[in-house]
Amino acid sequence: MSDPIFGRLEWSSFFVHEFIAAPSIDSAVAAGAGLAVVVGGIALLGVLLRYRLWGRLWRDWLTSADHKKIGIMYIVLALVMMARGVLEGVAMRTHQATALDGGILSAEHFAQLFSTHGTIMILFVAMPLLIGLINYVVPLQIGARDMVFPVMNQVSLGLTTAAAALIMVSLVVGHFETGGWSAYPPYTGADFNPGVGPDYWIWAIVLSGIGTTLTGINFAVTIYKSRAPGMHFMRMPMFTWTALCTAIMIVYAMPPLTAGSLMLALDRYLDFHFFTNDLGGNMMNYANIFWMFGHPEVYIVVLPAFGVFSEISATYAAKRLYGYASLVFATMAIAAVSFTVWLHHFFTMGQSASVNIAFGIATMIIAVPTGVKIYDWMATLYRGRIRLTAPMIYMLGFFILFVIGGLSGVIQANPTVDFQVHNTLFLVAHFHNVLIPGTLFGMLAGIQYWFPKAFGFRLDERLSRRAAWLWIIGFCFAFLPLYWLGLLGMPRRSASFSDPAFVPWMYVALAGALVLLSAFFTMLQMGWVSVRDRKRLAVPAGDPWDGRTLEWSVSSPPPEWNFAATPQVYSRDAFAVEKEAGHPYLPAQRYADIKMPNATSMGMAVCIAATLMGFGLVWHIWWLAIAGLLGMAASMIARGFVTQTEHTISAAELEQAHRDWLDDVANTRAVTRDEETSPGNRGLAAADVVP
Amino acid sequence: MKNTAWQRELKHYLIGGLLSLILTVVAFAAVLGVDLSRAATLAIVAVAGVAQLIIQVRYFLHIDLSRQKREDLHLILFSLLLLTLMAGGTIWIMGDLAGRMY
Amino acid sequence: MTQDTPLHPGLNLGAPHGEAHTRSEPVIFGFWVFLMSDLILFGILFATYVAMRNGTAGGPGPLELFDLTSVAIQTGLLLLSSLTYGFASLLLKHGNGQRRGLMIWLIITAALGLAFLGFELTDFHSMAQDGGVPSRSGWLSAYYALVGLHGLHITLGLLWIGVMLVQIGVLGLNCRVKTRLLMLGLYWHFLDLVWIGIFSIVFLAGVA
Ligand code: HEM
Ligand SMILES: [Cu+2]
Repeated sequence: MSDPIFGRLEWSSFFVHEFIAAPSIDSAVAAGAGLAVVVGGIALLGVLLRYRLWGRLWRDWLTSADHKKIGIMYIVLALVMMARGVLEGVAMRTHQATALDGGILSAEHFAQLFSTHGTIMILFVAMPLLIGLINYVVPLQIGARDMVFPVMNQVSLGLTTAAAALIMVSLVVGHFETGGWSAYPPYTGADFNPGVGPDYWIWAIVLSGIGTTLTGINFAVTIYKSRAPGMHFMRMPMFTWTALCTAIMIVYAMPPLTAGSLMLALDRYLDFHFFTNDLGGNMMNYANIFWMFGHPEVYIVVLPAFGVFSEISATYAAKRLYGYASLVFATMAIAAVSFTVWLHHFFTMGQSASVNIAFGIATMIIAVPTGVKIYDWMATLYRGRIRLTAPMIYMLGFFILFVIGGLSGVIQANPTVDFQVHNTLFLVAHFHNVLIPGTLFGMLAGIQYWFPKAFGFRLDERLSRRAAWLWIIGFCFAFLPLYWLGLLGMPRRSASFSDPAFVPWMYVALAGALVLLSAFFTMLQMGWVSVRDRKRLAVPAGDPWDGRTLEWSVSSPPPEWNFAATPQVYSRDAFAVEKEAGHPYLPAQRYADIKMPNATSMGMAVCIAATLMGFGLVWHIWWLAIAGLLGMAASMIARGFVTQTEHTISAAELEQAHRDWLDDVANTRAVTRDEETSPGNRGLAAADVVP
Repeated sequence: MKNTAWQRELKHYLIGGLLSLILTVVAFAAVLGVDLSRAATLAIVAVAGVAQLIIQVRYFLHIDLSRQKREDLHLILFSLLLLTLMAGGTIWIMGDLAGRMY
Repeated sequence: MTQDTPLHPGLNLGAPHGEAHTRSEPVIFGFWVFLMSDLILFGILFATYVAMRNGTAGGPGPLELFDLTSVAIQTGLLLLSSLTYGFASLLLKHGNGQRRGLMIWLIITAALGLAFLGFELTDFHSMAQDGGVPSRSGWLSAYYALVGLHGLHITLGLLWIGVMLVQIGVLGLNCRVKTRLLMLGLYWHFLDLVWIGIFSIVFLAGVA
């Protein structure tokens, strides 16, 4: 029986307890991680209070419904979680390097590490990165002022943050799940795992899943309904296209995850028998449901990266994107076919060969549109005027490494081959090989590319390039050896092994992980140096890279309302065409009053209530769970009665701001592409490139 | 003029309601009222169910093939495709697996 | 008769409603996308139910537990409530802003929904008395999850109708309230669609 007030929470649930009871390297690492969260939290609070930043943070950020701010907050969340994910990766590599017949960490702890690492990297790094980037960029690319549902956007962020908070809290109170990011029952069921671990996973997944679904709806509706006049579907920038396909995929792929994790919750909390061993349960159905989400998910996280690479290949080669229509159709094909292949994650489950063959063939087919894309990008670069800036270095790494990762995937699409490498490090090598050079490089390149738009200054180019190279080199050393280890037969998720032949490769992989860690730190340094030198790097005119799409036609950072007057679009690459025709930066013919969404604390209310509800559910503190649920319901109902949800910005104010900026642009010296990374680049591109 | 639109739309709902009622009765009758083979019964229930779904989509949700904005229709068709893939795929996979367990 | 083209799924308010009509377009489209997502959620539970159909684990099965008379009554109630919501929507569209009739139809709809829930819960109760509880077998788990999820949706719909009644009273029939009533309509009709799937696949096919 659990306590009515504290549920199953006890003093021994707190992070230091184990260390005090039984000091060891293992418990010290765990206690250190918990301590880092607590100290980090307190330090953050201290800084906010000390410098009185709290009010500004609340007013300008946390309650803002501006898609640009929400996008940036998503990315900040992702970077914080990424710090933890990378550190966990390094911890695992360190452990496995010592894991011949042992290892410095306990098996239990190692299992928590790969479970949190996987969950965090996919759902709280990759997803918030791409959602943040889409949030920031898409309305600007399609000539819109905001998302169609700005408040829902905030709520999505609130739910995702609540879920991330639960995972962070699991370091301090209790422990996380140990069944991997896919959390297969019956191992994660109540019989084998009565503790809080799987419950943390479940509620983090459910909350972020709902938040992400709402985001998907928001993106899809915004792209469908808020495009500037004249922007037909076939005039949309490629990044917007991938965002649309990703959004639609989110809408259809999240329900299986929500359903699967809630069914697992029913099994655990109310003694249902969906996935249990006994009484007619069927644990295989969990794998089936999970991967109906899981496979589309990997394309959800990679499509926006494809979009980024499409944008930067055109911009940094100073050419039109080659094969636009084929890229659009390839994107759509990938989005659709990705819903037909999920079984390749459990070829070995025991179904007939005919079933395996069908899904194996579908899996191979999906490589075709992906290949089309690679050729399109190569053709875009061909004979372009290429500048090897940091985003292009990421693209270089992507080109070579992602193709390797993709090919190792096609190999496994053959069920007979999959039987050999299933559940080995070969697979771990494969998915990191697509996730890091694909998704992660794409997102980092995108951040690098659009950062000047968001903040008004470029990132330090030298450190950016160094970080990019470190990511590429580190990746090769950390993950390519795993292919070999997998072929040698080392299973994934192994806390220890007994074959000494693995050891040398383990050290190579550890070295690679350390290089990756240094890449992460180089990025932090890059951020620091760039903020310090922001005056020198400033690009207020807004177009540092001679961009081609609408977002580059406004100031950096853009005004709250994005566009002083809604642009009229006549072609693809609208801004590039204007520049070629020699008439960019014109005042609007007519300015009109506009309405912008008011700030609201709705998102924060939902975030706090959801965190409390999740915590209550994990620890069986029922009153808290109910209070959190009621809090969410109450804030939503109360919101329904608010009538003043928008404020007006007058035409005069818009015109004034726009003309001021146009004057500044007129007084800015335009730079050629050769000077792109020099301090002379103030964000105005000279017409030196003949397209 | 307004009234005629109202009447027309009211009739629309009433037709939908009536047809749904008939199809419901047919489905229940096939199971409770008459003695048919299991396959025949299931076929009747399935046809009546699908027909009723179409009727309600047409008369209550006002969606048809002609006047609808294209994006709404695309969305519905895509949803149905994915529903078929996921639900059908699940039944196929789990059924095949169950078949190999005995 | 001019037939203005609909801007979104479901009943359209039509041009005479001006801003309320045009502003509904993206909102209702968004809600429709949400319903499609919800549809997939139900689809997975349906598929799971079918896949677990034989997982009775020696416990009671459909023949012992289902009461088709009650299911028929529930079906009738829900169908009728879909119709009465339709009448409410028509009053919203053509009623020139008068609230009373609209509110009465909403209350009738809610009453029918409540009656539906009452029958459903009674069924659950009597099933439980006969040993048909979710912890008994995989099949019963799937049954309660699917039918229960629908019931939960109905409950939320009732709550929503309640909130809308208050909003109509407090805020009047403004732009937003009208849009929300259209959304609620889609939601309510959608639940009837799901119910067609439930009574055909779960109940009728179960005892056939
Ligand atoms: C940055 C450096 C990274 C390192 C050093 C690293 C290292 C590792 C290690 C050692 C494992 C466990 C392998 C095993 O099961 O034996 C793992 C698993 C995993 N990693 Fe990473 N990783 C990194 C980045 C990423 C990124 C960026 C992503 C995704 C975007 C990712 C996603 C995953 C997933 C999904 C798993 C599987 C977890 C599970 O078994 O359930 N990792 N990683
Ligand atoms: Cu896959």
